[in-house]
Amino acid sequence: MQSNETLVNIVRFVSLVLAQVLVLNHINFMGYINPYLYPLFILVFPLTGNKSLLIFISFILGLTIDMFGDSGGIHAAASVFIAWIRPVALKYSFGVSYQLNTLKISTAPMSKQVVYIVGMVLVHHLVLFSMEIFNASHILLILKSALASGIFSVILMICTILLFSRRSA
Amino acid sequence: MQQIIFFFIRNKNFLLFALLFFISFVLTLDSHSYHKSKVVTSANFFSGGIYHIKSSITNYFDLKEQNELLTQENNRLRTLIENGGRMTPAGIIDSTLLDSNYTFVTATVINNTYSKTKNHLTLDKGSNDSLKVDMGVISPLGVVGIVNSVSGNYASVQSVLNTNSQVVAKFKKSDHFGYLVWDGLQPNIVQLTEIPRLAPVALGDTIVTHGRSTIFPAGVLIGKVLNFDRPDGNDYYKINVELFTDMTSVKHVYAVSQKDAPEIKQLEKAVQDAEQ
Repeated sequence: MQSNETLVNIVRFVSLVLAQVLVLNHINFMGYINPYLYPLFILVFPLTGNKSLLIFISFILGLTIDMFGDSGGIHAAASVFIAWIRPVALKYSFGVSYQLNTLKISTAPMSKQVVYIVGMVLVHHLVLFSMEIFNASHILLILKSALASGIFSVILMICTILLFSRRSA
Repeated sequence: MQQIIFFFIRNKNFLLFALLFFISFVLTLDSHSYHKSKVVTSANFFSGGIYHIKSSITNYFDLKEQNELLTQENNRLRTLIENGGRMTPAGIIDSTLLDSNYTFVTATVINNTYSKTKNHLTLDKGSNDSLKVDMGVISPLGVVGIVNSVSGNYASVQSVLNTNSQVVAKFKKSDHFGYLVWDGLQPNIVQLTEIPRLAPVALGDTIVTHGRSTIFPAGVLIGKVLNFDRPDGNDYYKINVELFTDMTSVKHVYAVSQKDAPEIKQLEKAVQDAEQ
């Protein structure tokens, strides 16, 4: 059971990285909008899993994306940040009961899922674009990019969750 | 003592987060300073290898377009030989023999970004093919960027579409020069700054590289003047330049190096040191 879970996470890590760097980074919708799907790994990481481990894996995940995109450490920073605030976001969206091992993201009510995903994605994108543009006088550009990419990321993530969730009868 | 240990155990998540966030922040700062993005780059065997596999598959999709580009360049070079090459001994048509100060290495772009504010390209040639940091990279139609990191088989190029980039450029018709920068907005329009008020500027003027910087040879095409203005009381023009190269689809490029570059740099540095 335990090793099965680990294997699933490794496969998820590799396929999300490849999908991000080979396909999604090249969409450039309307010239500059790219969806970011890879934070999904952090979102659906086992809810009762080790928090320190998640923060560390998020760092590696972000750094891998950065390596492919020559972007310094912007994805690493954004990923580590949302990995750290994830417990707060979970408590806010699903209530305290998320720690009781019964909850699964894909089986929770749709509205709660959306709140959780939108919150996390928005924070991730804000950190990401602030770090990329790195200029307080371009705050409007930061907000615009975060919002535009964010909408696409959220839609893509919800589709991915729907597509890959195993329907329990 | 126990208190301290408990403190660390209690806050281990926050401390780990703070440490990793700090590392990412330092890496980000590093990538924002000019010519220093060298810690984490796509020019390594892992990401370079994956991009290589990808480009060996996607290479076939735009063969027609790329062939047309190369034919265009051949056409331009042929005209050059016909018009200016009369003096050369018959039979020598290899331009690298004529002006041996510059050497060219052909390379293929295996990864390209143009939608961010700091864009990079990855090439399939590296130090094994004698590519070095600070070499200029040009496409058949004009300037592409400057090599800023190399590994054995791959190189990372800082695109002209990078808010850190600065290329010395001049008018083809006169020798007034300025600096080519990018405001991060459109992938086909860059800005030429510091052109003095005295310079004659007209729409459609061709902009080429200045031989001053030792990175590019003089006279490599860049683009043409799209529009320009000079606010009252300002001594410099603000000029928008439309690039000849379509940065959203570059495939075959040349890396240029000047043999005398180290000598020139050394001399300039010696003069600067002497003046201080």
